[in-house]
Amino acid sequence: MDDAIRIRGLVTRFGDKTIHDGLDLDVRRGEVLGVVGGSGSGKSVLLRTIIGLNRAAAGRIEVLGEEVTRLSPEELRRIEMRWGVLFQDGALFSSLTVTQNIQVPLKEHLDLPQRLMDEIAAIKIAMVGLPPDAGAKMPSELSGGMRKRAGLARALALDPELLFLDEPTSGLDPIGAAEFDALLRDMQRSLRLTVFMVTHDLDSLFGICDRVAALVDKRLKIGTIAELMRDPHPWIQAYFAGPRGRAAAAGSAAAG
Amino acid sequence: MTSLLAAEEAGGVLRLAARGRWTVAAAAELDRVLRAIEARAPRRVSFDLAALEAIDTAGAWLLLRTRDRLGALGAEVRIERLAPDYGPLVRQVEEGGAPVMVPAKKRPGVIADFGESIEEMAKKAVNLVGFVGLVSEAVWRTVRQPSRLRWTSFVSHMEKTGVDALPIVGLLSFLIGLVFAYQGADQLRQFGAEIYTVNLLGVSILRELGVLLTAVLVAGRSGSAFTAQIGTMKVNEEIDAMRTLGLDPIEVLVLPRLFALAITLPLLTFYANVMGLFGGAVMSYFELGIGFPTFLRQLKWFLPGWTFWLGVLKAPFFAAIIVVCGCYEGLRAARSAESVGRLTTTSVVEAIFLVIVVDAAFSIVFSVLRI
Repeated sequence: MDDAIRIRGLVTRFGDKTIHDGLDLDVRRGEVLGVVGGSGSGKSVLLRTIIGLNRAAAGRIEVLGEEVTRLSPEELRRIEMRWGVLFQDGALFSSLTVTQNIQVPLKEHLDLPQRLMDEIAAIKIAMVGLPPDAGAKMPSELSGGMRKRAGLARALALDPELLFLDEPTSGLDPIGAAEFDALLRDMQRSLRLTVFMVTHDLDSLFGICDRVAALVDKRLKIGTIAELMRDPHPWIQAYFAGPRGRAAAAGSAAAG
Repeated sequence: MTSLLAAEEAGGVLRLAARGRWTVAAAAELDRVLRAIEARAPRRVSFDLAALEAIDTAGAWLLLRTRDRLGALGAEVRIERLAPDYGPLVRQVEEGGAPVMVPAKKRPGVIADFGESIEEMAKKAVNLVGFVGLVSEAVWRTVRQPSRLRWTSFVSHMEKTGVDALPIVGLLSFLIGLVFAYQGADQLRQFGAEIYTVNLLGVSILRELGVLLTAVLVAGRSGSAFTAQIGTMKVNEEIDAMRTLGLDPIEVLVLPRLFALAITLPLLTFYANVMGLFGGAVMSYFELGIGFPTFLRQLKWFLPGWTFWLGVLKAPFFAAIIVVCGCYEGLRAARSAESVGRLTTTSVVEAIFLVIVVDAAFSIVFSVLRI
């Protein structure tokens, strides 16, 4: 089983509006896949469909070797332990402190002594680059960048194999976004994560993604950036060869 | 000794052969086993990780924690044959250093808590007075220049707070009238004074119950909606946008609601009175055999004509309370959805509290005036 995610012939609809029509996708283990597409093209819907928040109208979705659309709630719970999700603004539970947020999945899925859970939460807080006193804070006391880091710490609480990220750098300043990219790259390497990342950020794509999937015409075109840039599709050309795409490419080439 | 670790002592060295998966799922057991090893206080320890199937951050942390603690006790600890794949992970956990436990903020004691809430209340009372001032000033401006009123919004709020509330206000008033008549009749029958049930109903519904019930219902229905609407706009930065466009949020948001409710609440009160008396009349007919004409004649003869006005007179005041509380709390919203929820509750509780306090004040005034 080499693929972390394998999708065949996915169709999703909202009412009579078709979002994905016969979409195929393979995400290899250990790679960082960036998903791009115009606003409203269904990137986030794809992510939500894979993790089971939306129902697909047709098609097969296999995650970590299991067909998620066919699992019983019990089996789904077991597989949910093996993936982590970072929503756009962190989606931290607003009534819990950061430490308690990180401990939610630990409490829900495992039976660990409180002292050990406190230690694990503190490690995760250090790993995502938050200061130690962030743990006792409420989400409303954190800045946007810190909320994302805290959300990442919660997503990584159970040391998942697969990480879903929904626009991880949106709303961050360029310095914060670059730091977050570097953090993701570090974590991905040391924890050997497979990452499925929906993003608009060209710098993230050039900086940390192994392959890119472009959502055009209700399907995905997948390849390295160099491969995609050769694709004649007008949207892909406009995206990568536009002024911002060229600037990001130049930046990544300069950074080596 | 466990599926995670095999220990054997040879030549003064405690050799610990790791097995299985050192992951968070097994962390509780691993924690226990490694603490037991610490308790043995060995002099020389060697971890052999060759047979380890998997290790994650929790496992790496427990390994490093045991190494550091044994080291602190003066033991010599070696970690051997870690698969190169896991090197970066262990290094990353090591770089994070020992986790720093920051104790959660202590909750203040009961007395400090009480003091804080009193202080909070005093501050809010002052702010509320300031808000009433702002609104009064805006009302004065609008009264002098009625074209300033947002007429569309005003009519729409009349519909939402008034017309849409008719079914619930009507039904509840009818039921209260029914219940009141039944209870009153039951007591008065013991003195053979059943007919005075009508007086009891008339006085209590027209003077107090009709208007109070309506105000409480509207506070729950519309006051909460005001806070939620305005609070959501605050979260969305719509209020800030309004200010930058030169619009006064009080004029645009508060006044149409204030004028709308000041008109609909008295009308709703009238409607509640009619429905309450109707409920009482129905119960009197079935319970006491008092027909409708007798019921109405009794009401007309024994109740002074201004009784009705005593109730309806209070309605605009209650309307002002509901609108001021609802809008004030809405405008206080911070930039989070959570605060909107909390403030909505606060606004309804506050509005109902003040309505009842003001109602009590009216009773005192009326009793001094002997009406």
